[in-house]
Amino acid sequence: MSMNGANEFRPNIVAFCCNWCSYAGADLAGTNRLEYPAEVKIVRVPCSCRVNPLFVLRAFQRGADGVIICGCHPGDCHYTSGNYFARRRMTLLFSMLDYLGVEKARTRVEWVSAAEGAKFASVMKDFVQTVAKLGENRRLEDIRCKRQ
Amino acid sequence: MQRIGVFVCHCGTNISATVDVHKVAEILGRESSVVYSTDYQYMCSEAGQNIIQNAIRDRHLTGAVICSCSPRMHETTFRKTAARAGLNSFMVEIANIREQCSWIHKDKEDATQKAIAIGRAAIAKVLLNTPLVPGESPVTKRALVIGGGIAGIQAALDIAEAGFEVDIVESKPTIGGKMTQIDKTFPTLDCAACILTPKMVDCAQNEKIHIYSYSEVVKVKGFVGDFEVTIKKKARYVDENKCTGCGACIEKCPMKKVPDEFNLGLSNRHAIYIPFAQAIPKVATIDAMQCRMLTSGKCGICSKVCTAGAIDYKQKDQFIEQGYGAIVVATGFNPISLDKFDEFAYSQSKDVVSSLEFERLTNAAGPTNGVLLRPSDGKHPHTIVFVQCVGSRDTTCRGKEYCSKICCMYTAKHALLTREKYPDTEVYVFYIDVRTPGKGFDEFYRRAVEQYGVHYIKGMVGKVVPRSDGKLEVQASDLIMGEQLHIDADLVVLAAAMESDKSARPLATMLTASMDTNDFFTEAHPKLRPVESPTAGIFLAGACQGPKDIPETVAQAGAAASKVIGLLVKNTLKGNPCVAQSDELMCNGCSSCEKVCPYGAITYVDKEFKMPNRTIAIRRVAQVNPAVCQGCGACTVACPSGAMDLKGFSNKEILAEVDAICR
Repeated sequence: MSMNGANEFRPNIVAFCCNWCSYAGADLAGTNRLEYPAEVKIVRVPCSCRVNPLFVLRAFQRGADGVIICGCHPGDCHYTSGNYFARRRMTLLFSMLDYLGVEKARTRVEWVSAAEGAKFASVMKDFVQTVAKLGENRRLEDIRCKRQ
Repeated sequence: MQRIGVFVCHCGTNISATVDVHKVAEILGRESSVVYSTDYQYMCSEAGQNIIQNAIRDRHLTGAVICSCSPRMHETTFRKTAARAGLNSFMVEIANIREQCSWIHKDKEDATQKAIAIGRAAIAKVLLNTPLVPGESPVTKRALVIGGGIAGIQAALDIAEAGFEVDIVESKPTIGGKMTQIDKTFPTLDCAACILTPKMVDCAQNEKIHIYSYSEVVKVKGFVGDFEVTIKKKARYVDENKCTGCGACIEKCPMKKVPDEFNLGLSNRHAIYIPFAQAIPKVATIDAMQCRMLTSGKCGICSKVCTAGAIDYKQKDQFIEQGYGAIVVATGFNPISLDKFDEFAYSQSKDVVSSLEFERLTNAAGPTNGVLLRPSDGKHPHTIVFVQCVGSRDTTCRGKEYCSKICCMYTAKHALLTREKYPDTEVYVFYIDVRTPGKGFDEFYRRAVEQYGVHYIKGMVGKVVPRSDGKLEVQASDLIMGEQLHIDADLVVLAAAMESDKSARPLATMLTASMDTNDFFTEAHPKLRPVESPTAGIFLAGACQGPKDIPETVAQAGAAASKVIGLLVKNTLKGNPCVAQSDELMCNGCSSCEKVCPYGAITYVDKEFKMPNRTIAIRRVAQVNPAVCQGCGACTVACPSGAMDLKGFSNKEILAEVDAICR
């Protein structure tokens, strides 16, 4: 989370991207010079099913304003079925987070293939805008973790 | 005490134009545990790699962070660099500050801040990395080629030449593919059959090559070096080993009115058939949907006339399981269906044909024996209109956005050959652009225009109206002259876009090979690894990867074959050491991980544990087979006790990255 001169809120976004599809899609967005906000920072994971719900909670605890998980399209998982696990786990986690007061719009699962650089950029733009509108995440942030 | 080195690459100006690389190096150099930090113009160059190696040796680094391009680009390069200087390859982390930072941001301050954050995440991760050593797995010295067109044939011949066994799986009754249907090839105008059929014969005669015709791949398991493939050999109701291809059965078959796929429905075949005279294998096939004996049980003539006793109405689909070290995908292309382009009256008039149909109409082995005649009345056409880009470069949902690449050249070929054979025929070609990049291509196109008088008109055909007198009224616009044209044509030829074969998508799912949005297979790197799929051990040849002409297809097939040979000559392959690992002390043997593992890599063993009071307890614990595990990490999340972790992407490592990003 940070503020720039115009007092515009700039959220901090953690994006978990699977190595085979979405991380390559992000690379393709770069190769095609498709701009998206610098607020998005990518963590490379082998598969979307590697994303433990605890990672998402940790990101919110440490002050992330939104978390997005990107994987291969259903049916196209490099490991056959990993993205289905991710989808089920995140559906449960996100509804629990919603119950705890972390708006559903702060969390998202998206399917982006290695060929969808344009989709990656547009998904990230849209997600940053959505989270920016919601403002800072204070619900799960643990201020004891903040380094001053 | 960890000693980390940070190496920031300028990548020429690719990174340094939008990221203040000196500042990144300076700020990351202040991180705790970082003992060395520098920036250099090209880290991947020899001089750059020397900087890294010297720093590792001189500063006794325990880990290195390279802030550069995507790990998909140079991770292996830098890992090798580190290994040469005596640092374990897996103690290197790449911070992707090019594709995921400098190339997508314009604001220098933003990009620099982001590069620092990405660098910090990489440092946080490398601090928790542990040295890993890859395991080894054996290589099955046999290759599979899926698709028996010119791409598959060439790949198989080249692999067999190096002495390895190759199996070709072809879904049609014969190998040869689309090239068998073509009359002549541009720009040299050699006869396609004359250059293809000897290669088909070579395949059949090569003792290293085994052809599974009329077969499909139905299941793929395993990984590079050790694929287990199930091939379905469809029942052709003829014993391949007995049939001599004499054709007696075909002559006597009473079902004569089956549309012939080989001639694209322009002629008929029998229910028992051999697609064409030079088919390989030259074995009859019974079309089960059309055969009287198979549909109603009343006929059996072919079985009576077959002196070899090859007919077997009770034949069943066979399933063959075979192991392979590498797989070449060569599933090829098809012209798109013209149903959605009804303004050209394709469905209304027999005299509106696709380019491939035109190819059959001019082929000496085609339905008209090579004499160009109108399909409707068998008369000689005096005016022919060719329409290019039917479905290509079409941004509406009915067509394809891409350029099909070969249509400009084959249309020029059709136009030139028509004018050469029938100088009394007027030929018009409507085009958006004429694209002729290739050796001798533009000269060929110019010859069609200047020497053979083909009328090239820039513009699209709006409508084709079949008239009662048999003519086709072509309504079009000439964009250069700015006028509307009406041409009374006898024949209209549509250059339909090419699309990936329908079998490619399910096959890609089986192979876990990725595809682009147009269902063409994607390559591991568009420039540097154009014949490999991102999935290890899967190689690409021909139009399954994108529209291509024959020379390009042959070149790619040869390249794919050389990659396969390079793989098969190895006795063992270094595996991926980033595999799951179970902490036996924490595992409670619940089987959660086993259930989610897509590879069956997890087994359970009963192990003895020394308990605090000097007793021995036997507990059931999970064990991961590192040769089978592919490192997806599904089990790590499923494990309720936190016993399962993934090497190289451990819980602690990922959490440290998250923490660094959120700092």
